[in-house]
Amino acid sequence: MTFRDVLQYAWRALLGRRVRSGLSLLGMAIGVAAVIVLTALGQGALTYVSDQFGNIGTNLLVVLPGKTETTGGFPGVGGVPNDLTLEDYEILTRSLREVQRSAPIAMATGAVSHGERRRQVAVIGSTDEFLEVRSLEMARGSFLPEAEVDRGRAVVVLGSKVAEELFPGEDPVGEIVRIEDARMRVIGILASKGTQLGVNMDDMVVIPVASAMRLFNRSSLFRIILEVRATSDLDLACQEVLRVMTERHDEEDVTCITQNAVVETFSSIVNTLTLVLVAVASISLSVAGIGIMNVMLVSVSERTPEVGLLKAVGVAPRQIVAVFLTEAALLSTAGGMVGLAVGWLAVRVLVGLYPALPASAPAWAVAAALAVSAIVGVTFGVLPARRAARLDPILALARR
Amino acid sequence: MVGGQPVRALVDVDEQIASGEHLAIMGPSGSGKSTLLNIIGLLDRPSSGSYRLDDREVSHLDEAELTQLRRHRIGFVFQFFHLVTRLTALENVELPMIFAGVPREQRRKKALDTLQAVGLAARAEHRPDQLSGGEQQRVALARATVMGPGLILADEPTGNLDTASGQQVLDLLDGMNQKGLTLVVVTHDPDVARRADRILILADGRIARRLSGDEMYQVTGFSGLAGGRV
Repeated sequence: MTFRDVLQYAWRALLGRRVRSGLSLLGMAIGVAAVIVLTALGQGALTYVSDQFGNIGTNLLVVLPGKTETTGGFPGVGGVPNDLTLEDYEILTRSLREVQRSAPIAMATGAVSHGERRRQVAVIGSTDEFLEVRSLEMARGSFLPEAEVDRGRAVVVLGSKVAEELFPGEDPVGEIVRIEDARMRVIGILASKGTQLGVNMDDMVVIPVASAMRLFNRSSLFRIILEVRATSDLDLACQEVLRVMTERHDEEDVTCITQNAVVETFSSIVNTLTLVLVAVASISLSVAGIGIMNVMLVSVSERTPEVGLLKAVGVAPRQIVAVFLTEAALLSTAGGMVGLAVGWLAVRVLVGLYPALPASAPAWAVAAALAVSAIVGVTFGVLPARRAARLDPILALARR
Repeated sequence: MVGGQPVRALVDVDEQIASGEHLAIMGPSGSGKSTLLNIIGLLDRPSSGSYRLDDREVSHLDEAELTQLRRHRIGFVFQFFHLVTRLTALENVELPMIFAGVPREQRRKKALDTLQAVGLAARAEHRPDQLSGGEQQRVALARATVMGPGLILADEPTGNLDTASGQQVLDLLDGMNQKGLTLVVVTHDPDVARRADRILILADGRIARRLSGDEMYQVTGFSGLAGGRV
């Protein structure tokens, strides 16, 4: 008896009861599809986030005013952080040896207008190094000039979408726009970059940081971005930032986040979530296995006369076990394959609907889903197969 | 076992069946004839006593050896045919060869030849539900003989057939017997038993009478036995 013979025999038996085979196969398919889709989503979210962070440049750390931990005091008492000022920025860049480039960031939403056209956009105040720190490129003109930080010149760099909407079909460089009440000369247009960390870099304008703080009457920076020379310097630089700032403000009132820390935290959250979801999906796989066992038990009891006949014509008990085990394994792996196809299709549809989410099932999940479905089939097939092999041929044949 | 008490299905059955013989076993329901057939067919073993098949003691063989003997030495024919309904006639005949490991091409040819011998070559691709009862039993006959056994055991082979197809099946069985196969038929039907060289009549697990086929015609009041038939 070759493997092909057993396979063929088992296959014919499955075809002999299509509806029941199909239903138990469906259970397995749903379990496997769930595993595929869930891991693909988890993986997609992870890729999305690391892409977002990878996009903004490398070896960055971000300093923001205030502690992210709760202080435990009364609300409003001692909870207001000190300002993160331009002076803080200058001292930080001067005292940290690891820092290669840096950019202070002030941020507000303001009306930008040219003639009759008017747009409400994000206005970012920064310095010339912002371009490189955020890995941006110019489409035309030049970026902010290298100048003293506290000199607020009346120049502006437009994001590509803003430029397109305020100056349709024209070259904005050299033109004058109004930002709130201030007149500013357009000196350059950014190349399109898309969304970074939830901010659409095409739908904003950049002006000198001092101009921004004056214009919007801000005393504190929104962030300070520091770029260090090497990834290994990140944690050290963060400690240094905290030390310097604590010295200046007499308390630790800033938060320093490294790019890696954010990605790591996020990936550990996503991984835990994925694991939990896969565990839930695995439960559905074992339920599917029980379904297969049930179908096989019914099949054995229905085919009792057939088993009796097999014994009478000299089929060995282990051959009978092989036949029924193969049936169970066929059922579950077929279910696994269908689940794989359905899961793959679902992921494709999801990606079609949300192109921003780069969801794709990791290879390990595909392999694991198939392996688990086969193992489940064999495991849950053992009991029915052994029951079949142990049938008393006389009693089995006595039934019509 | 019935109600915790062992039932002695057969007692003091001491019989020799010669090679090539045609033997019929008769007796009312519960007389032990099925048990005797199962023991001869190695589906059951005697709780005590001895069974020699081809001059070899087989009552103590293990399951694997019994499986081998059933596969190669014995062919079964049942009252309800026991064909696998999802397989074609040809595939049903192939069945014992599949599990005996006969190569695909060889077993296909052999199965066709055997179907030919029972006059069903034209029906090879039909499934059992497309065949008449007589045809089904002839497929079962082909299946029983395809492995080339020395012994055919038939349990009420015509019990589920009309007279005409029953005759056809019995004629085929007789033909096989004449070619040298040993034939043991369990039956209620005196007309079936009459064809045998010898007839054993069981009652309460014992051999009550031994008759020759010819004597069967002379036994009076025998219809009472057959009347027990369902």
